[in-house]
Amino acid sequence: MTIADPILPVVPVTESAPAPSRQPNRFMDFCRQQPLGAVSFVIIFMMMFAGFFSPLVAPYDPLAIDFASLLAPPSADHWCGTDAYGRDICSRLIYGSRTALVIGFTSSFVGSSVGAILGIASAYFGGKIDDWIQRFVDILLAFPLIVLALVVVAAFRKFSVGGVDVNLIVAIAIPIIPRVARVVRAAALSVRVAPYVDAARAAGYSHTRIIFRHMAPNVVAPYLIMLTAFIAQAILAEASLSFLGLGVTEPTAAWGLMLSGNAADFYRQAPWMILFPGIAISLAVFAFNLFGDSLRDFLDPRFKV
Amino acid sequence: MKISRRTALQGTAGALALGMSGFNFDFTKANAQAPNIKRGGTLNFAISAEAPHYDPPASDTYATLHLAAPFYSTLLRFDLAKFPAVQGDLAASWTVAPDLMTYTFKLTPNVKFHDGQALTSADVKATYDRMRNPPTGVVSTRKATFADIDTIETPDPLTVVFKMKAVNASMLEHFASPWNVIYAAKDITENPAAPRTKINGTGPFTFVEHVKGSHVAGKKNEAYFKKGFPYLDGFKGIFTLQAAAMLNAVQGGQVLGEFRGISPAERDRLVQTMGDKIRIQESSWTLNLLVCFNVDKKPFDDVRVRRALLMAIDRWGGSVGLSKISTLRSVGGVIRPGSPFATPEAELVKLPGFSKDIKKSREEAKKLLKEAGHENLKFTLWNRNLAMPYTPAGIFLVDQWRQIGVEVEHKQSDTGPYLATMNAGNHDVAIDFSNLFMDDSSLGLAKYLSIGRAPENRSRSKDEELDKIYDAHLRERDPEKRKAMIRAFEKRVFEQAYQQPLLWWHRIVPTHKTLMGWPMSPSHNLGQQLEAVWINA
Repeated sequence: MTIADPILPVVPVTESAPAPSRQPNRFMDFCRQQPLGAVSFVIIFMMMFAGFFSPLVAPYDPLAIDFASLLAPPSADHWCGTDAYGRDICSRLIYGSRTALVIGFTSSFVGSSVGAILGIASAYFGGKIDDWIQRFVDILLAFPLIVLALVVVAAFRKFSVGGVDVNLIVAIAIPIIPRVARVVRAAALSVRVAPYVDAARAAGYSHTRIIFRHMAPNVVAPYLIMLTAFIAQAILAEASLSFLGLGVTEPTAAWGLMLSGNAADFYRQAPWMILFPGIAISLAVFAFNLFGDSLRDFLDPRFKV
Repeated sequence: MKISRRTALQGTAGALALGMSGFNFDFTKANAQAPNIKRGGTLNFAISAEAPHYDPPASDTYATLHLAAPFYSTLLRFDLAKFPAVQGDLAASWTVAPDLMTYTFKLTPNVKFHDGQALTSADVKATYDRMRNPPTGVVSTRKATFADIDTIETPDPLTVVFKMKAVNASMLEHFASPWNVIYAAKDITENPAAPRTKINGTGPFTFVEHVKGSHVAGKKNEAYFKKGFPYLDGFKGIFTLQAAAMLNAVQGGQVLGEFRGISPAERDRLVQTMGDKIRIQESSWTLNLLVCFNVDKKPFDDVRVRRALLMAIDRWGGSVGLSKISTLRSVGGVIRPGSPFATPEAELVKLPGFSKDIKKSREEAKKLLKEAGHENLKFTLWNRNLAMPYTPAGIFLVDQWRQIGVEVEHKQSDTGPYLATMNAGNHDVAIDFSNLFMDDSSLGLAKYLSIGRAPENRSRSKDEELDKIYDAHLRERDPEKRKAMIRAFEKRVFEQAYQQPLLWWHRIVPTHKTLMGWPMSPSHNLGQQLEAVWINA
C-alpha cells in the first residue's frame, strides 16, 4: 500500500487577497511616538559620526599650534575661532566628541553592567546577600557622583591603555554602579517570582544560568534606560574632572579641558574659547538625557496610555 | 638740602665703619627705624606648588624655599638693592684671602635656633659638610658647588674658616645662596635626614604648622638676631595649585601676593579688575625650562635621536607665541640671555637646536631619526602639573615633535611625584628646569655636569670632558678666557644634546599695594625670608 502525496489545492492569487500584516518597525514607531527622542538620536548620531570619522570631518589637526592665529574670532577659516595656541576650536570639538564618547560610553557601560549584575544578584539571592549588597550600595549612594569620582581618580595612579585613561573610566564607572544596582534590583524582584524562574530553579539550572539567561533579559529595559541616562552623566563627569585637572591631559582634545587652563585666562578676550565647548557639553548631555527619557517612555508599557 | 656738620660727621663715620668691616653690613645694629613702618599683622601669600620636603640643600624647587626660607638664615645673602652684591646674614663680617684660597667668617653672636640652642661655628661646619659630603640617605644638589672646599675649620665658636682645594672665582656668591640654610649640628648629627621633615632654624619666623594641601604658617621669632625684625607677627603661605584659585585669592584679597610669577594674561586680568590696588613688578628671570633626555634609556642613549628631537623645536617662533600666553620668553643658551656671559644670538643660531631655518633643521632631524632607525618614534614626555609655564611648554613640544613624525604622550604630575620620577631616572624625556639664583656660570653650568657630581642632572649623563672644562673655568679669573670656556662647554652640551634650555622665563610678580618691603629680583629664590616685609593696612 502506498500513500499518495496529498494534492494541495491551488489557491489563485487575486488582487483582492488580504495584504500581509505590517512588520512592526520599532525604530519608526519610536520616531513617531517620541519626536524629541528622535531629534536627540540625530544629535547623538552626529556626535558619534564626528567621533568615528574625526580625521575626515575636522578641518584642521586639533593639536597643531599656529601662533599666527592666536585667539582668532570665529570666521570662514575657523568656524568656532581659535584658542590661545592658535588651535582650531571646531576641530578640537570634533575630536573632543571622540574623548567624550569613549569615556562617557565606556564608563557608563561598565558602571551600568556591573550595577545591573549586582542588582539582579541581589534580588535573586535575597536574604543576607541582598542585605550586604544593599548596604554597600547605600554607602556608595551617600556620595554624589562627582565627589566619588574625584576620590577615585585622586586615589589611583593614572594609567592608560591605547591612549584611553583607564583610571578615569573606572573613576566615573564606580559611582554609576550603585545607582543602576538599586533600579535594576527593583525590576528584578518582580522577575524573581515569575513562574519561569521557578521552573528554571526546579530544573536544576545553575544560579549563573538563571541570572544571565532568564532574569537579565527581562530587566533590559531599565538597564538600557539607565545606560543612556548615565552616558550623559559620565560625559559631564569627564568634563568636570578634566576641568579640575584630574581628567585627560593637554594637548588631548576634550571638551572639559577646553574650558579650563588658558580658557580661564582669555575668556573675556576670546569668549568663543568657552562658548563652543560649553554648547557641545550641554547639547550632548541634553541629547543623551532626552534619549534616555524617550527610551523609557517607549519601552515601559506603563507609560503607554 | 642743608647738611649740618653733625650729619656730615655721622655720615663720614658711618662710611668708615662700613669700609673697615670689609663689604659687610651688620643687621644686628641696623634696627628697623625706617619711618612709617607698621608692625604686626599676618601676611597671607600664595605658593603655587607644594614642597616635596623642607630641606633646601636637597631641593631645587622654589616650592621648598618659599615654604622654608622664612624659618632659616644663611651665612651671606644677596643684597637685592644692589644685586648681585652680597651682604651678611649670619656672618657679621668676613675676609677673603687675596689668592681666593681662604674665606673667614665671623658669626653674629647670641644667635639662637628656634629650639633655644645657641648657633656656633660648629653648626655652620656641620651644615656645609652635609652639603659637600652628604651622608647615605641624604641628597645634596649643592655637592658640586662645594666640591672645592678642602677643609672647614672652627678656631672658635664664632669663627669659620673655609680652606679651598682650588680657586673658585664665584665662591663668595655661593656662600650667599638661599639654598644653604644653616642647620643645628646636633639635629643633623643625630639624624642627617631630619631637615626633610623637621624645621629648626634661626630665621625671622618660627614654624607653626604645615597642613598638606592647605598652608604653611609661621609666627614672629621674638629672639631673632636682627633687632627690630621681623615686622610681621606671622605669615601664612597658602597652597594654590590651580592658577585660577591663586588669581581669585589675589583679586579677593585672601592673599596679598604670589612671589613666584604669573603669566601676561593673568597680569592683564589682575590689572583690569584691581586697577590701582595691584602692584606689578617685572624682570627677566634666572630660570629656564629644559628638554631633558634620560640617556640611560633607549633610544635616548643615541645622540642622533636626542639631537633630532632638539632640532625639531622652533624656539624662535615659540618664543614669540609663548611669550604672549605664558611666562616663557627668551631664547638662550646655558647662561641667562642678556647677562654678561650669555652667548650672543649670532653665535647661538649656529648651535644645534637653535637654527632659525626651522624647515631645514627639521629635514635634518628626520634624516637623523631615519639613520638611527627611529622614524616612528613614540615616547612619554614627563612634565610638572603646574599650569604656568609647564603646560604650555608641554603642549608646544608635543606639537613640535609631531612635525617630524614623532608621537608623544604628555603626562603631568604634581611636584613631588614629578621630581621623584625624574630623580629615580624613570622618565624617557622630561621638561626639567634650571632654577638659578644668580647669573654666575659656576651655578648655571653645574646642572650639566656628570650625574656623579650633580644629582640635579636629570639627563643622567656622564661626560668627563664637560667636567674638565667646568673645573678649568672655575679657576679662571680672566673674564675673557672664562667666557671662552663657557662657550666651549655650551657647544659640547648642545652637540651631545643631553639636555637643552627650551626658553628662559620672564618674571611678573603681583602684590597688593598694601604689601611693603618685599624686594623684587631676577630670581624667585631670593628675598623670601620676609623679615622686612610689612603691611600698610
